[in-house]
Amino acid sequence: MPNQEQYNFAYLDEQSKRTIRRGLLKAVAIPGHQVPFAGREMPMPYGWGTGGVQVTASILGKDDTLKVIDQGSDDTTNAVSIRRFFHKTAGVQTTTDTHEASVIQTRHRIPEAPLNEGQILVFQVPIPEPLRFIEPSETETMKMHALEEYGVMHVKLYEDIAHHGHIATTYAYPVRVNDRYVMDPSPIPKFDNPKLHMSRALMLFGAGREKRLYAIPPYTKVHSLDFEDHPFEIQSWDEACHVCGSATSFLDEVIINNDGDRMFVCSDSHYCQQRSGETQALEQADQA
Amino acid sequence: MKKPIIENTPVLTVKQCQKLYGINRGCQDISFDLFPGEVLGIVGESGSGKSTLLNCLSGNQRPDFGNIVYRDQEGSACDLYDISEARRRILMRTEIGIVKQNPREGLRMRVSAGANIGERLMTVGERHYGNIRHTASDWLRNVEMDTQRLDDLPIEFSGGMQQRLQIARVLVTQPRLVLMDEPTGGLDVSVQAKLLDLIRSLVSELNLSVVMVTHDLAVARLLCNRLIVMQKSQVIESGLTDQVLDDPQHPYTQLLVSSVLSP
Repeated sequence: MPNQEQYNFAYLDEQSKRTIRRGLLKAVAIPGHQVPFAGREMPMPYGWGTGGVQVTASILGKDDTLKVIDQGSDDTTNAVSIRRFFHKTAGVQTTTDTHEASVIQTRHRIPEAPLNEGQILVFQVPIPEPLRFIEPSETETMKMHALEEYGVMHVKLYEDIAHHGHIATTYAYPVRVNDRYVMDPSPIPKFDNPKLHMSRALMLFGAGREKRLYAIPPYTKVHSLDFEDHPFEIQSWDEACHVCGSATSFLDEVIINNDGDRMFVCSDSHYCQQRSGETQALEQADQA
Repeated sequence: MKKPIIENTPVLTVKQCQKLYGINRGCQDISFDLFPGEVLGIVGESGSGKSTLLNCLSGNQRPDFGNIVYRDQEGSACDLYDISEARRRILMRTEIGIVKQNPREGLRMRVSAGANIGERLMTVGERHYGNIRHTASDWLRNVEMDTQRLDDLPIEFSGGMQQRLQIARVLVTQPRLVLMDEPTGGLDVSVQAKLLDLIRSLVSELNLSVVMVTHDLAVARLLCNRLIVMQKSQVIESGLTDQVLDDPQHPYTQLLVSSVLSP
């Protein structure tokens, strides 16, 4: 086990982890409600996932297996750094396999493969307050949550339809949790919103700069806000993934040369690798 | 113009309302009844306590003591400061409307006119985009604005149009009681005249009860059935508008009436 003498398990001291766990318990008890917590300085800048890292640090045990994704990918800088960070400070197993992981920290995506009971998804959140864009005062937004005054959320959707003919919000699409709190699901594409509804996995959200925690417990109703005559819709693509051929996953558009040619690939790297591995195996089996 | 129908039970009853920030600063010992379809004007100089009183009436400022009793649509009376804050805020966006002097305070300047009007509808649970838009467009027409401007931002509107938009935004949920704080302040006289005409016709069409704070006696004469004159936090004279303006009793009211410039 590397560096166990220099660091406390998972970097944070036990007291800090305990206060965060206490906050998380409250957050799980009141789905979608933002709970303030005493955020600590982490060895990374705000905006790089300090909230998510603190949540992960607080819930990680010695037997856990950690997966970290950034925009769906296991091999981007942020994902690699955070995975290494916990490998170094907690000595836990890490993986890129969605099924093997017991804790998955994520930035801006929910994995394509369905999650299971017992798994925990930890989100990094930049702005936890869904009402902030229209109401700058924290006192006022807290009051609006307390009194369920959520009419203004539809003002934004109204503006979208008036100017674009459809709801143009494509990420951080506001949801109502358990028919009570309106919540920002972090900047995941709205493509992922349906996966929040009745999820089998526990979803925890940590905002490091704003020092807020919130949660969606397993099997909780999550409704994406919409109008009766403009119902919620997710993105779709005419193309399929260039690598694995998936027509049902969330695709990234990649420019591949100076002539502006582009291709579409899955944003979930593990899902894509697994599928293309299976396709290759099938092809090999066919040839044999 | 239809004759205002004035019923027997008051919409608003104010008893001994007091909110003081210092000796004779604020308002004290204010009592009056406001009946359906009635327009009550509060006049007085700057610092006489008009706005403090209006803040108490609009649920923003708890009085030191006294009661402000509102009778809702079903006829049951409630003291604005005895009910829960939740209930008070619901009343404030359904049955009671507030028109601010500065439209910037009463409007969302960065969202379109349609969304401004629609917000109160969405707040009370309307979730059909087509219906909201239709109603918003109707109300633009009601306040004599071009329906082509439904998707324009209020920052692109003139002062008079912003004020019309604010009135539309308040009236869209069909409130029974409207509180106005100098609704024509800061507008040039021709725009003022048109806006006053509009307010007068809306008041009579919708049988609104209005409390209007103004320091402009011409506005008061045109719109108000009754007047309250305030000075140094107290009511010094009250009565029918014509009576107060044509035959003022209190020396201050006499001064006020004689100070009006006539061209």
